[in-house]
Amino acid sequence: MRRFLALLLLALVLPWTAAAFEPGEALDDPALEARARALSAERRCLVCQTESLDDSAAPLAQDLRRLVRERIVAGDTDEEVLDYIVARYGEYVLLRPRLSPRTWLLWLGPFGALLIGAGAIWWYVRRRRGSPEAEALSAEEERRLREIVND
Amino acid sequence: MNPEIGQFAILLALALAVYQSASGLLGAGLRGPRLMASASSAALAQAAALIVAFGVLVMAYVESDFSLAVVAGNSNSLKPLLYKIAGAWGNHEGSMLLWALMLGLFGGLVALFGRNLPTTLRARVLGVQGLVGVAFLLFIALTSNPFARLDPPPLDGRGLNPLLQDPGLAFHPPMLYVGYVGFSVTFAFAIAGLIEGRIDAAWARWVRPWALAAWIALTLGIAFGSWWAYYELGWGGFWFWDPVENASLLPWLAGAALLHSAIVVERREAMKAWTVFLALLAFALSLLGTFLVRSGVLTSVHAFANDPARGVFILAILTLTVGGSFALFAWRAPALKASATFAPVSRETALAVNNLLLTSAALAVLIGTLYPLVVSALAGDAISVGPPYFNFVVGALFLPLLLLVPFGPMMAWKRGDIAAAAGRLWVAAGLALLAGLATLALQSRGPWMAAFGIGLAAWLICGALSDLAERVRLFRVPLTVSLARLTGLSGAAFGSTLAHLGAGVTLAGIIGATAWQAESIKAMHPGDVAEVGPYSVLLEDVVPVTGPNYTADQARLRLERGGSFVLTMTPERRFFPAGRSMTTETAIHTTGLSDIYAALGEKTADGGGWTVRLHYKPLAPWIWLGAIVMALGGLCSLADRRLRIGAPARRAVPAVAAPAE
Repeated sequence: MRRFLALLLLALVLPWTAAAFEPGEALDDPALEARARALSAERRCLVCQTESLDDSAAPLAQDLRRLVRERIVAGDTDEEVLDYIVARYGEYVLLRPRLSPRTWLLWLGPFGALLIGAGAIWWYVRRRRGSPEAEALSAEEERRLREIVND
Repeated sequence: MNPEIGQFAILLALALAVYQSASGLLGAGLRGPRLMASASSAALAQAAALIVAFGVLVMAYVESDFSLAVVAGNSNSLKPLLYKIAGAWGNHEGSMLLWALMLGLFGGLVALFGRNLPTTLRARVLGVQGLVGVAFLLFIALTSNPFARLDPPPLDGRGLNPLLQDPGLAFHPPMLYVGYVGFSVTFAFAIAGLIEGRIDAAWARWVRPWALAAWIALTLGIAFGSWWAYYELGWGGFWFWDPVENASLLPWLAGAALLHSAIVVERREAMKAWTVFLALLAFALSLLGTFLVRSGVLTSVHAFANDPARGVFILAILTLTVGGSFALFAWRAPALKASATFAPVSRETALAVNNLLLTSAALAVLIGTLYPLVVSALAGDAISVGPPYFNFVVGALFLPLLLLVPFGPMMAWKRGDIAAAAGRLWVAAGLALLAGLATLALQSRGPWMAAFGIGLAAWLICGALSDLAERVRLFRVPLTVSLARLTGLSGAAFGSTLAHLGAGVTLAGIIGATAWQAESIKAMHPGDVAEVGPYSVLLEDVVPVTGPNYTADQARLRLERGGSFVLTMTPERRFFPAGRSMTTETAIHTTGLSDIYAALGEKTADGGGWTVRLHYKPLAPWIWLGAIVMALGGLCSLADRRLRIGAPARRAVPAVAAPAE
């Protein structure tokens, strides 16, 4: 149901087509094309909600995909292509936000919580082990205890 | 039927919910048996009133009563009957009424099946359930009236979004809602338990079936949604990490953690406060999801249809519920004392680690979903958090979780033995290693990570089967004895085996469909052949076809494998005049081990050809198969005899102690 509303909105705004990435856009060199597809999958389409550039059928997304391919053909490295796009459109287009003071909580938060939680479990388990109401002794332990006491 | 009856039924349900919460909570506080009993009657009456209200709405859709604003906005006289009915919940007002209906039904079920609960506990559970009902019925009555009239009524309706006119989506929302709302019962049990100061093995046993039912429904609801996206959106994706999906994944993760921690409370009376916290959290996350989607904060660019008053109202419900329940938790939880002791290596610790990893993953999804909102509110500029983030962080947290899953059931309560557990798992480990190495040797392309993933999936599947083999002492006692032990196993034992096995199947599907997919996206003219995976696909022609409320272009694709004809696939592009919109109808041929997937795109510029997208997705069907197996595991667990002790029984439950696992 939650999908409904987002899709409803999306569908009303966008002309829906099956093809996102269109065949005419592909580069001839498969290695360069693979890089372009990988880069597009990490960019955000600017006009649609949560689609990546690679999946979107919007005209602006097509322009951006063309731009990525132009820069790749011009000899840019992946990092340079990214910098170029971020400089033009802002960090909003990156689906994988870069690590910066602003995104520390985003990237480190879950792992920080994992560490704190692990510490809490360690503390809890130690406390449970050290509880005064220890388990009853097994028959074998009882027997050995009696032997020791009787000695 | 007269829509005003529906309107009246909503107000009646609201009044009954007010009475239910007052009589339940006050009755339990004052120890008034008649007051408490009347809370049960109110819960049943409220459920009946909501059934009437929802029935009236569905009838208005079936009869295409366009004098109702929601029907005119979301239905059309030409639509097939199934989608007229499904249209009732394909919009904001109707879906909120469905939400309230589910809530009322769950309240009614507690009243019906809770006869063996202690009277005060049952009254308090119904009271809390009634409070939630009051909040949502007020929300519907004040901001989202599904029975608002149009004057004059239009001649025909605007139609349901064609993307939603699909059998998968007709059943996806009710399923998901059963899940969301099901956690309201565990929430109510948690609040009632906190008030009474009684969180013990019996409490855990009463909560578990509700948590299981909610989790099963969520599992199936999420799987339905993902399957629909796969075959309807036309580019072969099955999970997009969009906020709407994340909103359903959050309570699923919290619910999975709750299912596991409730076992510890039931068996060992430990981790009590944590389990109560999870029961509160699962429902809080369900509410958060409702808020995020219904308020429109996450789709602000397209928030033309959203009324800010609704967002504020749901935010108020969320704040009151979360604030109130967590405050109660902070006040009462320290009094919950655990009596059990256990060694650092034990089933208890294993389940605690399981909970840690599941909740950390939930936190990652939560942070990732909300981060753009927070950054834009605080810093005023926008960042995006998309699939690359979620895949990495959730993947990193799931990796140790999945590696540890087979060890969990092998650990004894109180004091486990890692060496002994490893000794029982060496067959599974060997098979997993073999599967990984075989994948590495056989795969012509794809990353080594894929081989590792397949090994991990095999580890989960073989680990689950080893657990079963261990329980029946396979090959160590005569086969007939093993068989006898198998039939005597508890539902919970089968349940955990199936659920863990299902997780392995889903993992294999995800790995296969992402790492080894092949695709061909090209302009094809009739007579052209495309190669994708082991198939070659010939475009025979594209013909116009007519449906009940659409016209379409249908491609005829001749599918061949190794030179021999397999079948003709017929993907379509449909045009719906009512909403002036297009959809793609993909054609999927599945062998059970792989899918071949075809979607028809736009006409080429020269007018003679078409864009044809073909995807070959090895193991893709396993994604949903695994989800079904997980849900079946949940059902087995739900059928466990032990859970029915304390539930209604026509004849007396035999006073035999449940077998120890």
